[in-house]
Amino acid sequence: MTVAGAVASRYEAVIGIEIHCQLKTVSKMFCGCSTDIDGAAPNSHCCPVCLGLPGVLPTINKAAVEWVIATGSAIEATTPAATRWDRKNYFYPDLPKGYQISQYQLPLAANGRLTFDTSEGPFTVRIRRAHLEEDTGRLQHAELDGRRVSLIDYNRSGMPLMEIVTEPDIRTGEQARRYAEELRLLMKTIGASDAEMENGQMRVEANVSIRPRGREEFGTRVEVKNMNSMKAVERAIAFEIERQAGLIDGGGAVQMETRGWDDPSQSTYHMRLKEEENDYRYFPEPDLPPLITTPEWLAAIKTRLPELPAARRTRYQTELGLSPYDASVIVNDADASTLFEDAVKTSGSGLAKSLANMITGEYLRLVKTAEGHVDPAELAKLVLTIDQGAVSATVGKNIFVEHFESGQPVTSIIEKHGYRQISDAGVLAKAVEQVLEANPAAVADYRAGKAAAAGFLVGQVMKATRGQANAAMVQAALRERLDRSE
Amino acid sequence: MASHDVTRLKAHEMAALLRSGETSSRGLTEAHLAAAERQNRALHAWLVIDRTGALEQADKADRRLAEARKAGRQALDALHPLCGVPVGLKDLVSVKGGQATAGSKILEGYVAPFDSTVTARLREAGAVILGKTNMDEFAMGSSCEHSAFGPTANPWDLSRVPGGSSGGSAAAVAAFHTPLAIGTDTGGSIRQPASLCGIVGMKPTYGRVSRYGIVAFASSLDQIGPFGRDTRDAALLLHAVAGHDRRDATSAPVEVPADLLHLPEGDDEAAAYLKGRRIALPREYFVAGMEPGVAARVREAVAAMEQAGAHVEEVSLPHTDYGLAAYYIIAPAEASSNLARYDGVKYGYNDRSSGDYIADYLKTRGAGFGPEAKRRIMLGTYALSAGYYDAYYLKAQKVRTLIKGDFDSVWAAGFDAICAPVSPTVAFKLGAKVDDPVAMYLSDTCTLPLNMAGLPGLSIPAGLSDGLPVGLQMIGSPWSELSMLRLARAYEGITARAPWRDLDPAELSLTDDPSTPSPMDRKRAIAAAGAPGRQA
Ligand SMILES: [Zn+2]
Repeated sequence: MTVAGAVASRYEAVIGIEIHCQLKTVSKMFCGCSTDIDGAAPNSHCCPVCLGLPGVLPTINKAAVEWVIATGSAIEATTPAATRWDRKNYFYPDLPKGYQISQYQLPLAANGRLTFDTSEGPFTVRIRRAHLEEDTGRLQHAELDGRRVSLIDYNRSGMPLMEIVTEPDIRTGEQARRYAEELRLLMKTIGASDAEMENGQMRVEANVSIRPRGREEFGTRVEVKNMNSMKAVERAIAFEIERQAGLIDGGGAVQMETRGWDDPSQSTYHMRLKEEENDYRYFPEPDLPPLITTPEWLAAIKTRLPELPAARRTRYQTELGLSPYDASVIVNDADASTLFEDAVKTSGSGLAKSLANMITGEYLRLVKTAEGHVDPAELAKLVLTIDQGAVSATVGKNIFVEHFESGQPVTSIIEKHGYRQISDAGVLAKAVEQVLEANPAAVADYRAGKAAAAGFLVGQVMKATRGQANAAMVQAALRERLDRSE
Repeated sequence: MASHDVTRLKAHEMAALLRSGETSSRGLTEAHLAAAERQNRALHAWLVIDRTGALEQADKADRRLAEARKAGRQALDALHPLCGVPVGLKDLVSVKGGQATAGSKILEGYVAPFDSTVTARLREAGAVILGKTNMDEFAMGSSCEHSAFGPTANPWDLSRVPGGSSGGSAAAVAAFHTPLAIGTDTGGSIRQPASLCGIVGMKPTYGRVSRYGIVAFASSLDQIGPFGRDTRDAALLLHAVAGHDRRDATSAPVEVPADLLHLPEGDDEAAAYLKGRRIALPREYFVAGMEPGVAARVREAVAAMEQAGAHVEEVSLPHTDYGLAAYYIIAPAEASSNLARYDGVKYGYNDRSSGDYIADYLKTRGAGFGPEAKRRIMLGTYALSAGYYDAYYLKAQKVRTLIKGDFDSVWAAGFDAICAPVSPTVAFKLGAKVDDPVAMYLSDTCTLPLNMAGLPGLSIPAGLSDGLPVGLQMIGSPWSELSMLRLARAYEGITARAPWRDLDPAELSLTDDPSTPSPMDRKRAIAAAGAPGRQA
């Protein structure tokens, strides 16, 4: 039994996830400043409102509110008839007003859920709430004229954030990662957020505690931060579960603390103690009247929702005949899903499975390592060309790679290389004959009962014909020739 | 003073002369600047007298007026009556490029990079901003003594306070330094100094005037309003600054009545408005501790209105007694949060000597805030703390609803207005209450219920008690500012020939004397002469 397995047999982990997503809006949450701050000079995207100057007042960005309502609708949450804003009071130099405008008692979305696949089957996490709040500025520690100083960049101050909090339903690092991945996919699908972890558009924090199996009450919880990738989410939680188990097994106790994930050492480290809950002195924001959410408004937002990932997976299987695996792989990648959708529109649903193969097999492999682009109409044309037998599947893959890299149309690539499929039985028979003569050992192996030798010989014929031979015909011709002369 | 002194004119009289070209904005502005500069040492109504800026604005107004006169009647009518008329701003109104200290050391050195909506609207109207007036720190106080920059004196008696927190604005208008000034009112901060200085001051309905760019004290209670020496002037200034503003989500999309510009000119015509009006007199507002002279002037004023055709009935506003306690939870709670931004990190006063941000906060705020601001921050922080929130803040909000209900029942019974005292006392001596917060808080007993209910109210001079002004408070239903001003104008009409009408403040002439001590020196002298009494 693995270490993790041994821990899991004795302890149950209880995990809740808090995710902050930066919402995709043109302007900030409470002012007109642009949200396009990537790479901008420090403090270049600020105004009196997001700097919290004396006398300024916030005004609501309706688009941000609608994103949270849309998310709530997608996770089957309820939105109250009237919501309001609360002030969360605390002091920190990156918080220009000395309070953050947030939502405390009446979040825009409450009591939702999200279902996703894991290696152990489908899993549902209850989502306690999703609310809207503003981001803070960023502190940067630097040395200036030999002195250690803290610099503040308020570009992020007032950026719209959605905070989504789960119930403590999660039990493993994998479930946590899968939840975060599915939520990210949902955000991207709806369009609410780009949700890229790498540039801080999505921040995942986990509350992790363990308890002996069979016990009701929760253990002491540790907050884990700084998980900068999906992989890190899974590993940090797995690490934390083992760390806590080790502490308890060694007669120690888990401390209520905040820990950070350190990628290089693949471990968590102590950041600060959480001796007691902060008193944020929440109270209703007097500068903003309550927001009334009319049934008509909610309905209009719901109507605008695109097809959600779960529904899309089901449709790919039932209507397009994809395997559950292919359906998930394509849907889980927003770009792949868009490519697939657009290509199917051109090719028709009859070629959906062939398109799916090309996307799961070639496209998703390529995008991991190379820069390129695929035109959905060209992809549809390529799959159709293969289907009609004009080029072999092997050549088809080569064409796809070249299109991805160069962007050239499929027909130009075929013409340039003189690609065509050799289906002339006479020509193929000759090629088979030559390969058999050149590879007596393989022929002997085949005859000795090694079926794999046939595959090698087919490969040699394909190689000899630069991949253009009709593979099915080659296989038939080879088998016929070998079995006949036996 | 010579009768041709233009500073003695009302704003609406100045407007008429400016239109006809009989006087220029530059001339008016020069005269007011001269008076303010000459008397400010003894009065200390102004924190900033912006001679250069004011004259630039005056010249601009003169050009606008000249062009309009050339273009004809229509162009002149399109100009706001305040084009070319001087106005003072309480030093919590943001003016681009200028200071906005809110009377606090912690905002010393801060330069506002933007105009408040009120400022922008005054510029649009063409009013000439003379400078910034003194105030209690963050508008917390009823005497102007909580200013970090020293107290202001009352021109009726230089040893007394002008009221607060908008004491500088009230004293400046009473002293003829400006015909008009902007104040803010969170619990009485316009009406009480108007009463103590013998001028008109109005707190509009919550949401009538945009709060954008006004340094906040208590967001759900703060309103911006006008001071003038008569109702017509106050109405002109209200008209210029009122109206919906998309930058203030709590400002209301309610039309500003154009008739604010056309209050009746003739006294008899104005007085006719009283016929058949129903006026409520709330018995809870004649509180214990109210000076008999104050109660007498208010009752006389109401009797005069009754005689002129109004129906007066006593009513009960039963939750009045709880108003003060609830107010002193809600206002400090909001203030504790609103004042959190003054941390020395971004602007204003700071002490960064410790090199640790928490310690720097403590030092900055410890030295930057005065005692009253600190007291309210402490009160408010406590009231919002976990475990106390329900017992204090939430309960205070319930009281607030009950107070609002009291007023609603008066309007439901068909009353046009409620008349009441403004301040339980006339102007008190410098130093008399400054060390007794509860005595100071009691100054607002009759004014703060309106802020709790969001209602409009004004103070209008109603005679003297012991030679000092007494104000009459008129309270109306939401958005009834025009009716309130018509009622007040009617009262002006029936008292037009009263001997106390249009008197010069008794000790104003002393302020021309360079040997007159400053308010700070007076306050010190009074303190040195013996423990300050609680009497007025
Ligand atoms: Zn901004």
